[in-house]
Amino acid sequence: MQGQELIDGLWVATVETFYMVGISVLIAVILGLPLGLLLVMLSPGNILDNPKLHKPLSAIVNTGRSFPFIILLVVLTPFTRLVVGTSIGSTAALVPLTLAAIPFFARLAETSILEVDKGLIEAAEAMGCNYWQIVLKVLVPEALPSIVLGVTILIVNLLSASAMAGAVGGGGLGNLAIQYGYQRFDVAVMFATIIVLIILVQLIQLFGDRISQSLRKK
Amino acid sequence: MITFTQDSVSSFFQTENETENAITFTDVRKVYQQGDHAIAALDGVTLQVKPGEIYGVLGQSGAGKSTLIRCVNQLEKPTSGSVQVNGQEMTRLSGKELRQSRQHIGMIFQHFNLLSCRTVAQDVAFPLEIIGYSKLQRKAKVEELLALVGLEGKANAYPAQLSGGQKQRVGIARALAGEPKVLLSDEATSALDPQTTRSILDLLRDLNRRMGLTILLITHEMGVVKYICDSVAILNAGRIVEQGPVSDLITKPESLLSQEFFPRRVQRQPRAGAVIATIAFDEALADEPIFSALTRHFDVNVSILSGSVEPVGDRRVGQFQIELVGERAADALKYLHELNYAVEVH
Repeated sequence: MQGQELIDGLWVATVETFYMVGISVLIAVILGLPLGLLLVMLSPGNILDNPKLHKPLSAIVNTGRSFPFIILLVVLTPFTRLVVGTSIGSTAALVPLTLAAIPFFARLAETSILEVDKGLIEAAEAMGCNYWQIVLKVLVPEALPSIVLGVTILIVNLLSASAMAGAVGGGGLGNLAIQYGYQRFDVAVMFATIIVLIILVQLIQLFGDRISQSLRKK
Repeated sequence: MITFTQDSVSSFFQTENETENAITFTDVRKVYQQGDHAIAALDGVTLQVKPGEIYGVLGQSGAGKSTLIRCVNQLEKPTSGSVQVNGQEMTRLSGKELRQSRQHIGMIFQHFNLLSCRTVAQDVAFPLEIIGYSKLQRKAKVEELLALVGLEGKANAYPAQLSGGQKQRVGIARALAGEPKVLLSDEATSALDPQTTRSILDLLRDLNRRMGLTILLITHEMGVVKYICDSVAILNAGRIVEQGPVSDLITKPESLLSQEFFPRRVQRQPRAGAVIATIAFDEALADEPIFSALTRHFDVNVSILSGSVEPVGDRRVGQFQIELVGERAADALKYLHELNYAVEVH
């Protein structure tokens, strides 16, 4: 591949990568953040202190995080077919990507929320806040700068995971690099793909840091 | 003509009695289970805080002060006993009732506990959002509260841009948002330097006088008790070992408070033919030329072994450990006693 063909190929692959990463990040944040909040609130000494719920929840999250991603891709194939009707292509790659991303982000969110000073929760309780108000007015806003950094890490991680999905026919930049760069020894494609990935990671980190910094009033 | 039946009179006094205290603790116990053994953070605490007074609980760390103050708004649930705030039994409340009750009990903290992502005005508005004020009502109330604590110009600052004293002023404004009758102060000045501590204590005293605000504070600093407290309880290992009005306790040489407060007394035997005594007095006698009077009237020599005269609130109290040498030393001490000095002979 070279010239216009290479540019077109890169463009299509990048769009596919954005599609896979974008959707799985979105779902992972929507489901992982509440999971992270629950992990914090159910933990010993916290406002919903409940070991009977905390332990199994924590174990489930750990189990989700135990699978090497490449294994998850293969193991989930029947499930993927069930959910999206196919086991090949970018849409199929979404399923394992999302399932790996949810517990990962839950832990990232948990760490961010744990950083919120316990005194703030106590002050909110003393003011007569209910649990929802503590979550929405204290925990999430106070942890937000750190959560944004967590989302940044999540995006970069999914970018590399989506490249792995490419190895088994998932489409995207990874697929391009493997098919043309590796299997057909097309060094130009390999380099081009890597350069696009480097630029993407730099931009994502730059924006993540900027947003987090602007939210942090310190 | 109005006649009171026996019944109506007694029920009148009963209601009077119930509403008399701002905060009442009756035999409050709080036991933490730690593995096999139980630790009593509070071991039968009974105390009454009258409306409009500043009540200090003095104790070292680990004495149970923090548990005590958290039992008032039920951040800690007592294991047994009763806690009443303005006649309302707090231990029976839960859920919505408890939250509503908490909205009208202010609390300030050692580390201020301000939300870092909110401006001063937004932070003070926080409890108003919880209570359900409209945006317009909040704006007016926040302005009023910030003026009250002297932070008019800081409405749009973030906590990170404020000094410790300013942060505590925000904390106080926020605590007053629910128009509480009772303010709980959890070591509110312990993280502040001495000068800022005084300015915060002055503010609390001022709010107490102007608004009739009842303040229950916990502290490990004698200076705080000395500076603003009307009454004090000394807490040790979960028990109150002494309580009463500060002015009473501090003029009793035998009280723990005065022993903590004044310089340590000298522990030695009197010299031959001498008597060692501790005398204590308050503002009423603070200007008396007492030592020269003793020398003149009773022909005794007076040496001061320890002691000082200290301001307490806006009055002075003094305590001196003295050694009297002379034949009429006993008469001299009797004379002091008759003049209303507290006298303790060792």
